Amino acid sequence: MLAQVLQTLPQVLIDGLSLGAVYAVIAIGYTMVYGILELINFAHGEIFMTGAFIGTAILLTFTGFGLLSFMPAILVLVIVLLVTSILTGLLGMGIERIAYRPLRNAPKLITLITAIGVSFLLQDIVRFITELKQGNYIVTAPEIFSGQMKVKVSSILPGIHDASFKITFLIVIAVAFFMMFGLNLFVNRTKYGMAIRAVAQDRETAALMSINVNKVISITFFVGSALGGATGVLFTMQYGTIDPYIGFILGIKAFTAAVLGGIGNIRGAMAGGMIIGMLEMFAAANLSGLTGGIFGAEYKDVFAFIILIVVLIFKPEGLFGKAIVEKV
Amino acid sequence: MKILLNSLLYHKKAHILFFLTYVLVTSAGLYFAETSVLSFLLMLFSIFILYFLKLKDKVKWIIGIGILGGLLPLAASHGAAYQSYMEVAVFVGIYVAMALGLNIVVGFAGLLDLGFVAFFAVGAYTYGIFATAQASHFIPFGKFPLSGESFWVFLFIGCFVAALFGVLLGIPVLRVKGDYLAIVTLGFGEIIRIVFNNLDKPVNITNGAMGISSITPPKIFGISLIYPNQFYYIVLVIVLSVIFIVRNLEQSKIGRAWKAVRENEIAAQAMGIPLVKTKLTAFAIGASFSGMMGVVFAAKQTFVDPTSFTLLESTNILVMVLLGGIGSIPGVILGAAIVTILNLQVLTELTNWLNGLSTSGIFSIPDALSPVKMQRFIFGALLILFALFRSKGLLPAKNRKYDAEKLTAGEVSNNRIVVVANEKMESLNGGQEA
Repeated sequence: MLAQVLQTLPQVLIDGLSLGAVYAVIAIGYTMVYGILELINFAHGEIFMTGAFIGTAILLTFTGFGLLSFMPAILVLVIVLLVTSILTGLLGMGIERIAYRPLRNAPKLITLITAIGVSFLLQDIVRFITELKQGNYIVTAPEIFSGQMKVKVSSILPGIHDASFKITFLIVIAVAFFMMFGLNLFVNRTKYGMAIRAVAQDRETAALMSINVNKVISITFFVGSALGGATGVLFTMQYGTIDPYIGFILGIKAFTAAVLGGIGNIRGAMAGGMIIGMLEMFAAANLSGLTGGIFGAEYKDVFAFIILIVVLIFKPEGLFGKAIVEKV
Repeated sequence: MKILLNSLLYHKKAHILFFLTYVLVTSAGLYFAETSVLSFLLMLFSIFILYFLKLKDKVKWIIGIGILGGLLPLAASHGAAYQSYMEVAVFVGIYVAMALGLNIVVGFAGLLDLGFVAFFAVGAYTYGIFATAQASHFIPFGKFPLSGESFWVFLFIGCFVAALFGVLLGIPVLRVKGDYLAIVTLGFGEIIRIVFNNLDKPVNITNGAMGISSITPPKIFGISLIYPNQFYYIVLVIVLSVIFIVRNLEQSKIGRAWKAVRENEIAAQAMGIPLVKTKLTAFAIGASFSGMMGVVFAAKQTFVDPTSFTLLESTNILVMVLLGGIGSIPGVILGAAIVTILNLQVLTELTNWLNGLSTSGIFSIPDALSPVKMQRFIFGALLILFALFRSKGLLPAKNRKYDAEKLTAGEVSNNRIVVVANEKMESLNGGQEA
C-alpha cells in the first residue's frame, strides 16, 4: 500500500502544488480583509469566480478577432491578467462601498449576511450573463499554453511513477509566487502598505495620524480582489472549465487555508494554502487505497472542512498566528 | 371624512367588521375563482391583518385557527387548483417550523448557523431509510419498510435524532464564535450533504446520489395519507404546537438566558448563566423542529435525495428569518410565508406567464432570465437590502416590557413603598446613631 502511495507521489505533489498556489493567493485576499476589518469577506470566492469569467471572456474575444494565433502567449497572459485584476479590484472596491461600509459599526452578524447576499448576487449575475451570451453557463476557456512536460522520476528512483504536467502548471506557480512576492513588498515597503498595517492595528489611532481610513480600506479591497481575480485567470488556465458556482467551495477551502495559517497573517495564508492543496490532492489520490475502498476520492472535500473544524477548536490562532487575548 | 377614518382606525367594532368582510370576500373569491393565486394570497393575508387587530390574544388564536383549519381548505377545495394550493400551504408550514427553529439559534441565541438544512436532511433520511426497504441493507433483523403508522413515532424519532446532531455539532463549535461559527456550521452542512451523497458504499445506507424513493406514506386509522390536503392538517398541527412551544420558550428562563448570551456572552456568564448548556439547548431545540419537518417532508415527497439539502436551502431559511425580523416570532412566520410563496408560487407563475408571452410572440425574454432561475439573485438582493435598510426585519422583535407602576399597583401602592423605605432608612440611620 505504501509503495502505491509512493509511486503516485510525484504526480500528487505537482497537482497539489498548483492547487495549493491557487488556494494560497485566494487565502491572501481573505487574510488581508480580515486583518484590516475583522470581517470574513464571504464574497471573495465569488470575486475569484468573476475573475475567471472575465479572463475567459477576454480570451474568447481575442480568439474571436483571431489575435490569439499571432500574439505571443506571454503577452496575452499579461494583458488578460492585468485587465482582469483591475476589473475585479474595482468590483471589490464597489462591494466594500455598497455592502460593507454602511455597516461598519453594525453587528457582525449583519455584515456577514450582506456578504452572503453579495456572493449570491454575483453568482447569479455571472450565470445570467454567461447563459445569455453562450447559452450555457459552463464555459471552457481557449488554451493559450499547450504542451505537456514529463518528469522522469523513474529514471532516478525506480519504482516510482513518472509525473506529467501541463506547461500551465509552471506559469500558475510562477505567477502566483510573483503575486505573493509583490504583495509582500507592497505591504511591507510602500507608504500604502504601511497605512494598511496601521489601520489593521488600530483604526481610530490611524485616523488620528491623518490616515484616510476609508481610502485605505478601499485600497485593501482593491488589492485583495485584484489578486483574487488574477487567481481566477490562473485557475481557468490550469483547469480549463469553469462555472459560476466554483467560487463558493474554493472560497471555503481558501478560507480554511487562511485559518490554518493564522488568519490575518499573509505568510501564514501562503503556507496554509499550500498545505491544504497538497492534502486535498493526496486525499483524492490515496483515500480509497488507504481505507481499503471504504472512503473514495469524493470525500476529499470533507477533508478541508474537518481540518477547518479541528484547527478552529484546537489552535484557533492557526499555525503562524499569535493568540489574541480577549479583553473584557 | 376624517372623523370617519378616525372612527375606522380606533373603533374596535369597525375593525372586526372590516376584517370579517375581508375574510368573506377573499374566501368567496377563492371559492369562485378556478385557479387564482391572487385570491389565495389575499386569503392568507387575512392572518397578517388578524395579527394587528386589537383583540384579545385568545380570540385571535381561535379566529386564526378557524381560518387556517376550516375556511381556507374549504374555500380552496372548490377549484381545480385545490391540491396545488394545499401543496404550497404545506411547504409554508414546513418552512415556518424550520425558520422558527433557526430563529432560536440565530435570533435568540445569536449563533449564526449556515448549515441548518443539515438537520432537515437528518430528519428526512431518518424516516426515508426506515420507511423503505433501504434499512434492510444494513439491519439484518426486522421487516422493512415499516408500516405507515410508524410515521407518528418517527416524528419524534426525527426530532430526537436531529437534536442529537445539533448537540454533536454544538459540542465542537462551542469554542468558536461569530464568523468562525458561521463557517464551521456551513462546513458541517456540506459534510452532511457529502456524506449522504456517498453513503452507498461500503454499506448502502442512503443509496447515494440516487436518493431514496417510494417512501411509505403515513397512515392513520387505516387511511394512507398521500394528498397535500391531508398533509396540510398534519403540518398545521405541528406548526401550531411549534409556535406554542417557541412562544413559551422565549419567555422562559432558558429563553432569557439565550438572549443574554446573544447580547453579551461574558456578562451572561458572570451572571451565572451556564454558557455550554445554554448554547447546546439552542442548537438542540432549533435542530429538533427542523428534524421533525424533515420527516414530514420525506413522507410527503416520498422521495429524498441530497440535492434538496444544499447551502441554498440553508440560506433560504436564513433569508426567511432575516426578512421577518431576527428574533421575532410573528416576523419569522411572516418571513417564511413570504419567501416560500415567492419561491413556489409567484416565481413559477411569473415564469409561466413570461413563457406564455414569449411563445405567443408578444414579448421575448431570454431563458436565462426566467424568474425561477433568478432565485439566488433575488435572495442575494433581499439579504443585502434588508441588512442595509431594515436590519430588524418586517416585524421587528420586541422585548416584553414590564410597567413598573402596574406591577406595584397590584400589591402595594407607591406611597406605601416610599413610607416603608423611609422607615427602613430611619431605622438604619437611627441604628447607626445609637
